[in-house]
Amino acid sequence: MLKINNLHVQLEEEDKQILKGVDLEVPAGEVHAIMGPNGSGKSTLSYVLSGKDGYEVTEGSATLEGQDLLSLEAEERAAAGLFLAFQYPVEIPGVGNMTFLRTAVNAQRKARGQDEMSASDFLKFVRAKAKDLKIDAEMLKRPVNVGFSGGEKKRNEILQMAMLEPKMCILDETDSGLDVDAMKLVSDGVNALRDGKRAFLVITHYQRLLDHIQPDAVHIMANGRIIKSGGPELALEVEHNGYADILAETA
Amino acid sequence: MPGVAKGTARASALSKKQDVLAERLAAMTLPEGGVWATERRKDALARLQAMGLPAPRDEYWRFTRPQLLNAPAPERAAVFHADEAPIFDEIDRLRIVFVDGVFAPEESDDLALEGVEIERLAEAATKDIHWAKELYGVLETRGQDPVERPHAALNTAFATDGLLIRVTGKVTKPVHVTYRHESETSDAYLHNLLKLEAGAELTLLENGPAAARFNKVLEVEVGDGARFHHVRAQGRDHERQAFTAMFARLGAESLFKSFTLTANGRMTRNECVIEMTGDDASAHVAGAALGHGDFHHDDTVFITHDAERCESRQVFKKVLRKGAVGTFQGKILVKRGAQKTDGYQKSQSLLLDDTANFLAKPELEIYADDVACSHGSTSGAIDEDMLFYLRARGVDKDTAMDLLVLAFVAEAMEEIEDEGLAQAMTERLDGWLQRRRGA
Repeated sequence: MLKINNLHVQLEEEDKQILKGVDLEVPAGEVHAIMGPNGSGKSTLSYVLSGKDGYEVTEGSATLEGQDLLSLEAEERAAAGLFLAFQYPVEIPGVGNMTFLRTAVNAQRKARGQDEMSASDFLKFVRAKAKDLKIDAEMLKRPVNVGFSGGEKKRNEILQMAMLEPKMCILDETDSGLDVDAMKLVSDGVNALRDGKRAFLVITHYQRLLDHIQPDAVHIMANGRIIKSGGPELALEVEHNGYADILAETA
Repeated sequence: MPGVAKGTARASALSKKQDVLAERLAAMTLPEGGVWATERRKDALARLQAMGLPAPRDEYWRFTRPQLLNAPAPERAAVFHADEAPIFDEIDRLRIVFVDGVFAPEESDDLALEGVEIERLAEAATKDIHWAKELYGVLETRGQDPVERPHAALNTAFATDGLLIRVTGKVTKPVHVTYRHESETSDAYLHNLLKLEAGAELTLLENGPAAARFNKVLEVEVGDGARFHHVRAQGRDHERQAFTAMFARLGAESLFKSFTLTANGRMTRNECVIEMTGDDASAHVAGAALGHGDFHHDDTVFITHDAERCESRQVFKKVLRKGAVGTFQGKILVKRGAQKTDGYQKSQSLLLDDTANFLAKPELEIYADDVACSHGSTSGAIDEDMLFYLRARGVDKDTAMDLLVLAFVAEAMEEIEDEGLAQAMTERLDGWLQRRRGA
């Protein structure tokens, strides 16, 4: 599904290399986790894949189902089936959450050559999905993420994911700022979307989230590279021993 | 002696302003009318002659060059015949049309509405007994202190027509005045006068480019407990020039709410002068201005709190691109004794590129000690994080930008109480944005 080859990325504004040759492949239907110390380049990877400005790819490639992601605009990547659940979902005062969701759903349908959803169909659709995530009507009426708690923001991210039905989901520290109940709710939301075809890349600091969203593979990222890959047991190792051992053995 | 030199400089500055006025008036004569109208007009002319027309160095004209508004004749303004859905058409209202400042009876409804006496200035001015004789030009005159507004006095002196509306009941049907523009050289003056008796209610809708150059004054007396709503859309002819002034006096527990949408226009100066003379009154003035290219838009607001527990709100948003200029000068004056005043002004601009310009001068002048007054003025670009967030959800860049512009303006739109009217304004705005995609 997602193939990243030797990806090198630096900041556009300053001559600072962040990713230094990332190789990663996430096959369809699988959940892969990326763990790693602060500053290792995990969030940068998620931004570069989803098309945020400010980064320059100097070498390497990233494809989604064989399609070159890096040559596409952010909205084209979304239409191609890529979804990023933000670590810090952005507040947009003045834009109603419902308007936002509807605009996004219809924009993607249009890009894929489908008809726009009627207002009443959309309403049914959003209500059903929102109910699963315990998102009430009031939250849908409010401006996007404005005044939402940390947990509400993350639930809103998962709601968007559920509505947009992407092929490849990247979750950037979706567990940060969540209490135990919220983490369960969010994880259930993610697990409900696992269907044997959809792929996930879960970026996290903690093994805890991976108890809920069980990964097929775990990658350790440090200093702009994937330095070790393994099964779910790798996450447990990090939880018990930290990164020091792994960093030492790969240095 | 420096004092004398200063005095001489002032005298010579004034005489220049009077020269500019003399040029303007050279080909003009006061309209004919009955005794009261003639008195009012002569009075206004005398006041005007004492002031002259504004000079570029006047503090009140620092951000806006007065030449286009001062000149003896307007600059030619092309008539923009665009296929745009007529505004307010779906609303049950009393429609009155002026074309280049001239009443168009064939396009207007009969001037009859339950709870309202409505008459044209052109006719009323010839009658010697008329309720308007006590009010015409009165609020305009009061509004000349402490800041001179010569174009408003010019209007009171030379306006030949307009509407005189006296509201005695709660009127559910809005009065809708459309100002059409057909002549590229028209120079129109209209003077509207509204009196809302105690407890009365009225909604006034206005729209249209009006003329090549338009000078319009609206005086509104809002009686105790009366409620006045005003929504206007200034027409989108690119080259039109306009000076408009609203003068309002608010009685106890009354409400005044005005919203203006301005799209395009080479020069627009909208002045608003509100005097709160009864306790517990509420005044809201809001505006959204959209400019692209040769566009200068000026909101000048002066709100005087002269009673207790009154609330005032100013919310102005401007969206500017390709060299467009927006200006705001807003003042809240709280007089001694106007305790528990709650005053707020907000003026913000969204600059869509680095050639757009916004100039703001918020002022508070407070002589009471138990008040809450504040202002906020900002100027900024589209928020890149918001833009990316929307695009990452598949919303294309143009749509995302438009959504963020609408979001920016939303706070001013919220000042429109009626949802249907707010929707009409939003659609106008949206249309404007869509036409400019990729431009």
